[in-house]
Amino acid sequence: MPSRNSQQNHFVAPLEETPLVAIDQVKTEGKPSNLWIDAWHDVRKRPMFWISSVMIFVIVTVALFPSLFTSVDPTFCELSKSLDGPGGDSVLGYTKQGCDIYSRIIYGTGTSLSVGIIVTVLVFVLGIVFGAFAGFYGGWVDGVLSRVGDIFFSIPYILAAVVIMSVFSAYRSVWIISLAIGIFAWPSTARVLRAEIFRVKNADYVMAATAIGVSRFRILLRHVLPNSIAPVIVVTTISLAAAIVAEATLSFLGVGLPSTTMSWGNDISQAQNDLRVAPQTLIYPSIALSLTVLSFIMLGEVVRDALDPKARAAR
Amino acid sequence: MAGYILRRVLQAVPVLLGTTFLIYFMVFAMPGDPIVALFGDKTPNPAVIEQLRERYHFDQPFIVQYLLFLKGIFVGDFGISFSGQPVTEILAKTFPVTLRLAALAIFFEMIAGIGVGLIAGLRKGKFFDSSALAVSLILISVPVFVIAFVAQLVFAINLGWFRATVGPGAPLQDLILPALVLATISFAQIQRLTRSSVIETSGQDFVRTAASKGLSRRRIVPVHILRNSLIPVVTYLAVDFGTLMVGATVTEGIFNVPGVGRTLYQAIIRGERPTVVAFVTVMVLIYLVVNLLVDLLYAVLDPRIRYAK
Amino acid sequence: MRTKRFGVAAIALAAAGALILSGCSTGGGGDEAPKGDATAIITTDGTEPQNPLIPTNTNEVGGGKILDEIFAGLVYYDAKGAPVNDMAESIESDDATTYTIKVKADQKFTNGEPVTAESFVKAWNYGAALDNAQLSSYFFESIKGFSYDVNVPELEGLKVVDDLTFTVELNQPESDFPLRLGYSAFYPLPEAAWEDIAAFGENPIGNGPYKLAEEGAWEHNEKISLVKNDDYTGGRKPANGGLDIIFYATQEAAYADLQGGNLDVLTAIPSGALGTYEDEFGDRSVNQAAAVFQSFTIPARLPHFSGEEGNLRRQAISMAINRDEITDVIFSGTRTPAHDFTSPVIDGYSEDLEGSEVLDYNPDEAKKLWAEADAIAPWDGTFKIAYNADGGHQGWVDAVSNSIKNVLGIDASGDPYPTFAEARTKITDRSIQTAFRTGWQADYPALYNFLGPLYGTGAGSNDGDYSNPEFDQLLSDGLAETDLDAANKNFQDAQVILFKDLPAIPLWYATVNGAWSETVENVEFGWNSVPLYNEVTKTAAE
Repeated sequence: MPSRNSQQNHFVAPLEETPLVAIDQVKTEGKPSNLWIDAWHDVRKRPMFWISSVMIFVIVTVALFPSLFTSVDPTFCELSKSLDGPGGDSVLGYTKQGCDIYSRIIYGTGTSLSVGIIVTVLVFVLGIVFGAFAGFYGGWVDGVLSRVGDIFFSIPYILAAVVIMSVFSAYRSVWIISLAIGIFAWPSTARVLRAEIFRVKNADYVMAATAIGVSRFRILLRHVLPNSIAPVIVVTTISLAAAIVAEATLSFLGVGLPSTTMSWGNDISQAQNDLRVAPQTLIYPSIALSLTVLSFIMLGEVVRDALDPKARAAR
Repeated sequence: MAGYILRRVLQAVPVLLGTTFLIYFMVFAMPGDPIVALFGDKTPNPAVIEQLRERYHFDQPFIVQYLLFLKGIFVGDFGISFSGQPVTEILAKTFPVTLRLAALAIFFEMIAGIGVGLIAGLRKGKFFDSSALAVSLILISVPVFVIAFVAQLVFAINLGWFRATVGPGAPLQDLILPALVLATISFAQIQRLTRSSVIETSGQDFVRTAASKGLSRRRIVPVHILRNSLIPVVTYLAVDFGTLMVGATVTEGIFNVPGVGRTLYQAIIRGERPTVVAFVTVMVLIYLVVNLLVDLLYAVLDPRIRYAK
Repeated sequence: MRTKRFGVAAIALAAAGALILSGCSTGGGGDEAPKGDATAIITTDGTEPQNPLIPTNTNEVGGGKILDEIFAGLVYYDAKGAPVNDMAESIESDDATTYTIKVKADQKFTNGEPVTAESFVKAWNYGAALDNAQLSSYFFESIKGFSYDVNVPELEGLKVVDDLTFTVELNQPESDFPLRLGYSAFYPLPEAAWEDIAAFGENPIGNGPYKLAEEGAWEHNEKISLVKNDDYTGGRKPANGGLDIIFYATQEAAYADLQGGNLDVLTAIPSGALGTYEDEFGDRSVNQAAAVFQSFTIPARLPHFSGEEGNLRRQAISMAINRDEITDVIFSGTRTPAHDFTSPVIDGYSEDLEGSEVLDYNPDEAKKLWAEADAIAPWDGTFKIAYNADGGHQGWVDAVSNSIKNVLGIDASGDPYPTFAEARTKITDRSIQTAFRTGWQADYPALYNFLGPLYGTGAGSNDGDYSNPEFDQLLSDGLAETDLDAANKNFQDAQVILFKDLPAIPLWYATVNGAWSETVENVEFGWNSVPLYNEVTKTAAE
């Protein structure tokens, strides 16, 4: 930092003649604090944070160790039990194929959660990189990056996923389906961030940072991004939900994960055939999906509030 | 301004080339021979297959096929579908239908999304806010095909309020139900975006200043809060309009809407390359125009944004 | 002005319709005169034709359904599948090799052209020529002169004798040839077709009970409007004013329209409603056997499936499938467990052919046979059944796999391919390494059609490359028989061989599942699962 300050020599009085040094010193000697630490202090005081964290912890545990929660084999299906109600070994009853609904939900957690997380990470990272650079640097950088985004975005992702899943039909896995969904979904995140950065980058504090000679990249990282990330987090947590749902839609269109892979999407898309006669086969996996989505959105909500200095100030 | 628009139009050219190339390549890479599929469960004679491949240029290498397609675009010839119909005709029939559907859906989600989001944002943490969150969560977590089937069953078949599917000519009143279903997908997003944006804006100095000046809430809300909160929302709406214009595959299928999504999906499944690429080309054009309009709209909504040069 | 004139015309039309109907009922004498409005338009479901509407280039139901209504071939099939002369005055042969066909006099296409021997011969030659690459060209394979190697513009076996007579010479005796003549590939075409065949495919001119309502009546992806053709004098004279065939992307959508009162006749029920539609529509629904046979094929080239071991395993797998339970639960009783390789609607069908017990569920015998096969070479791996995911097959494939898995104690699962194209390509080029779904919808109602094209050595749709000289011999014997019963005996004997070798594992026969609204009556479904639309009547709109 001192070297940066020395550049100011051209414009202002020598450092030692100004009170600047003193002010800087007070700051650096203070208790270490940054946006993320502040956010943590803020977040741990909120009950919603703890509720959602516990829910996510439980869901992740189920995903990692499904056998702790059920002893029924989800792939053992007997047609004679088709659509039977709960009772005996079965907590929630049986699907049309005569598989245990509860056990399938437990074993499907890992798949659906992985798809959601992988897609979200992909969308978040790509969206931030493209959106931030395009919005902040503008000009030709914006031109190139935004047009690349356009290429991917103007191809409807469901259709693109159909094609990708067909091309890689022999290797259909959680990774491939996540890639198929994510690679065409990030431009919307990028665009939201870009728009937000357009708005933020002319704010007073950015001007101030520029004036005191903070490097462009550092301004982007330290000032612009944190102040414009709030809508991105909202969109991203929702996109986690959308990704889990998209997996179901792809199954519905016949290009989802192979039917031997347990996933909520597979179960929901199969159950919709029997919507009129056996809504329970649809409702239970849907509830599992909704609870998962709910916990992540709640967490996103809390984190957003905590990261956003303006929202924090307003409270 | 004019220079800016011109630049954007010029930038559209590589995007168009990139997208058509990408989709052409993807459809090309799709396993399975569309010609073989034409014969159904019956196995055709190889000699007949060869003849047909030649007719649709499927015997040519990929790059030749792509260039032939590009050449076709310049003379306004998008090729013919397997059923012998010029693709340009299919385009002319399906896009207006999808345009109507998309406009209707955007209208619904705008009214509901911005309205609910605004109220939820102004009453942050109150009952209305929580209920809005709950409703959007439910809508987000249910796949669209389930929403569509349930809506069709309840509102069209049991209650008889709407036609179950879209009738010939796709009249507007038949499109209401599918449009509502489509609107539910984005309702949650718009509602959340509006809400968070409203909360943020409400905390800003100019709003407090306006309030301390003694301006009434009826003036502060629309003029100061809403206008300044709309940028991310408008971006999202525009993006969503682009998405809807390229067709809602699932919803159009369930409600039998003779629009872009259904037609394109079937063309992809059947491997009708000319139809697929022609559709995507037009989609990209629409998408680029919408994006350009949005960027121009920013300047109107936010006086701080100015397009240089 | 305009509305007034239309009103007058409509009344005139209605009167004309009434005259024809009364004339018909006195002439026929049997049925009472159908009630209903002779000008009413019946709406029904269909799918967008995948090809231009040219008879020899249409091989799927979407286009076939339309062609059958706007064209009249030499014969048509009645509800039971028996051929009835339509355009033909007579079809005669002494040796089942050379046929002399006389066309009825004074038949017209809707553009006024007469229907002549030439109309048939030119159309068939066009369909057979390699350069035209017609999808149904294989129907002409057995006519003398046909070739896949060179383009033959005029088949040697087709000769015009006079205006209304022509002869057909086949390569070998085929006694079921006249049965085939009701299939769309054998329809006649007017001279107008040859001016611009592409334009013709968009606005076809036929000679059938209906015609296109106007130029451009085919509204792609939406519907096609047909109206009664008053020039048609054959046995399929419409009792209604026309047909609107609405194209649906999904059966669910069509079913929803029927429930919502926007559709008169629905020809297929979506899987989700199979369990409920009969309760909902009562006697306005149908669930009857159809000429559709469903199976899966285990090619002999797969490891463990050749020779003695293969036959044991095939039989074990066949007996491990609980067909009754699956058709009951998965299809709500809308499939009939298979007892042979053909279909119950076909003349000559028999439920208890020798060896057909291999199609009965018998877990103990299945385990025993599987163990015997394991003694030859131990089993390893997963048994997979490939299917196309875009065809609604997942339910039964999963159920069949589970049935095999639970009985034999091996891993078994479905293997979905996203598109029909991909699955068919892999099957056609023999690169598929699993068992796969197969099915056959009869082109014409004859036992041979279910056997020859599928299991004959080197036959077109013999996807499992099955070959058994004994079987081939019985087939050609059957074809040479001019007596239908004797021929059918040969075809039944041929199936006894199939039960031992199981080139395909028969599963069930599809049934026709349809329903119709309160406004229509006299809905009867034909042997090919399509309603006899010309008989449907609709009460006048109130």
